[in-house]
Amino acid sequence: MLDINTIRKDFPILDQKVNGQKLIYFDNAATSQTPNQVVDSIVDYYKRTNSNIHRGNHKLSIQATTAYEDVRKKLHKYFNSRLPQEIIFTSGTTQSINIITLGYTDLLTSKDEVIVSEMEHHSNIVPVQMLCERTGAKLNVIPMDNQGNLILKEFDKFISEKTKLVFVSHVSNALGTVNPISYIINKSHEVGAKVLIDGAQGASHFEIDFQKLDIDYYTVSAHKMCGPTGTGILYGKEELLNKLSPWHGGGEMIDEVSFEKTTYGELPHKFEPGTPNIAGVIAFGAAIEYMDNIGLDNIQAHEDELLKYCTQELKEIEGLKIYGEAKNKIAVISFNVEGIHHYDLGSLLDQFGVAVRIGHHCAQPVMNYFKIPGTVRISFSFYNTKEEIDLMIKALKRAITMLQ
Amino acid sequence: MTDMLAIQDEIVAEFSSFDNWADRYEYMIELGKSLPLIDPKYKVDNNLIKGCQSNVWLHSETNDGKLIFTADSDAILTKGIIAILIRVFSNQDPDSIMEAKTDFIDKIGLKNHLSPIRANGLLSMIKELKMYAVKSKTRSN
Ligand SMILES: Cc1ncc(COP(=O)(O)O)c(C=O)c1O
Repeated sequence: MLDINTIRKDFPILDQKVNGQKLIYFDNAATSQTPNQVVDSIVDYYKRTNSNIHRGNHKLSIQATTAYEDVRKKLHKYFNSRLPQEIIFTSGTTQSINIITLGYTDLLTSKDEVIVSEMEHHSNIVPVQMLCERTGAKLNVIPMDNQGNLILKEFDKFISEKTKLVFVSHVSNALGTVNPISYIINKSHEVGAKVLIDGAQGASHFEIDFQKLDIDYYTVSAHKMCGPTGTGILYGKEELLNKLSPWHGGGEMIDEVSFEKTTYGELPHKFEPGTPNIAGVIAFGAAIEYMDNIGLDNIQAHEDELLKYCTQELKEIEGLKIYGEAKNKIAVISFNVEGIHHYDLGSLLDQFGVAVRIGHHCAQPVMNYFKIPGTVRISFSFYNTKEEIDLMIKALKRAITMLQ
Repeated sequence: MTDMLAIQDEIVAEFSSFDNWADRYEYMIELGKSLPLIDPKYKVDNNLIKGCQSNVWLHSETNDGKLIFTADSDAILTKGIIAILIRVFSNQDPDSIMEAKTDFIDKIGLKNHLSPIRANGLLSMIKELKMYAVKSKTRSN
């Protein structure tokens, strides 16, 4: 059991009024809030340690380098990668995916095939489309059913010796569906295809063991798991990352530079050109520690309870339709109310102090599937409460009355 | 033709009579319902205004040298906003429309309630209304 009242003291941002109303923050799938411990780690870094890493051999630089590399080790343990250097620091999921798609430019030809799913976030679609355009590889799309589950029979049909890469999200940000990544990974490995799991919505809810799941590539955004914005990781198996060309050139990523020939550095430096977001990485480490202390089991149990309770309450509302009713889903609820535009609902909820996301959630193919322009999306984190859900439901009912 | 500034003052006065946001929003919804609706045959992609979070269609016709605007949107609050704009801009001559100031929008407190994206949508609508005036002038010259 979580002691939510104590936990909420770590998040002063939650304790404020917006538009004259008590803030209810239900937009956690977009960005989660940052506890004091994480904010303090950023402030501390700039007050005491700030200096460039991997370069100077003075005290501060050594301290900063150690702190930065310690986070790599921490994430390596946390996600159980085989080696620390398999953890590449990036600006987040979007950049992580692009590193892979750019890295494969020389490795694919027009004879190859790539698979993506219909429920992906645009950042797991657009870079893949660009890769296919560059190389001529064929793109196959796994369709989904009306509950928001991927249709695995169709995936099975696409999988062949021609398949080189598969891009699937661990969890859909628009529908909340938890995808059967083990099945997809195993099936893909049977034909020698590699799989990238977009973990933007996964890592904040589940314990993930990179080795046990035999994951080839996994991406994480720190800002969705109590960390700062602009920081994240790309995980990749060493032997795979070694084969990829670096995506950007610059300082820090080289072995030797001359005008005759430049050779690239080893992992992880090959993929971390330039001065990275050092403070962000250190704060990401603090965020992982924070979540680990609370315990992902506890987090999951609490969020599941909120999901069940809220789903039940929402279903009582006449004309309300929920999109995404997979059996295995996280605490994300997308919905619309008959005859009302999601924009109107979102605007009124905002006036009631309730922060939700409205629109297509960067997943237009999902919206096209349901033939809707968008939805209202509520998403919970472990610091949310049933009382907040009650207040939201009251606000929602009032908004519906106003709009009908 | 009532003077555009007079209409704007009228709107500002109406909005200042509300002392809470819910009443103001309810009034916007009322206005949205009274929007002079676009003829379905003009509800086409060509008449969609770019930059709005919901679909907004705008059409204009000339009547006796004045522009008559009709519009529609799939969101009722957006319809309310266009209804306010159309009340000011419709039934005016192109020159007045082109020169019209729109600071009344700040005075009714609408912008405070709009996110930057939505405020952009509002600017796009105003730009579009003025574009119709420009086009109508170039046609008649
Ligand atoms: C499933 C999914 N993939 C990718 C992203 C992109 O993450 P970021 O914006 O942190 O790069 C998001 C974030 O919205 C997401 O939810």
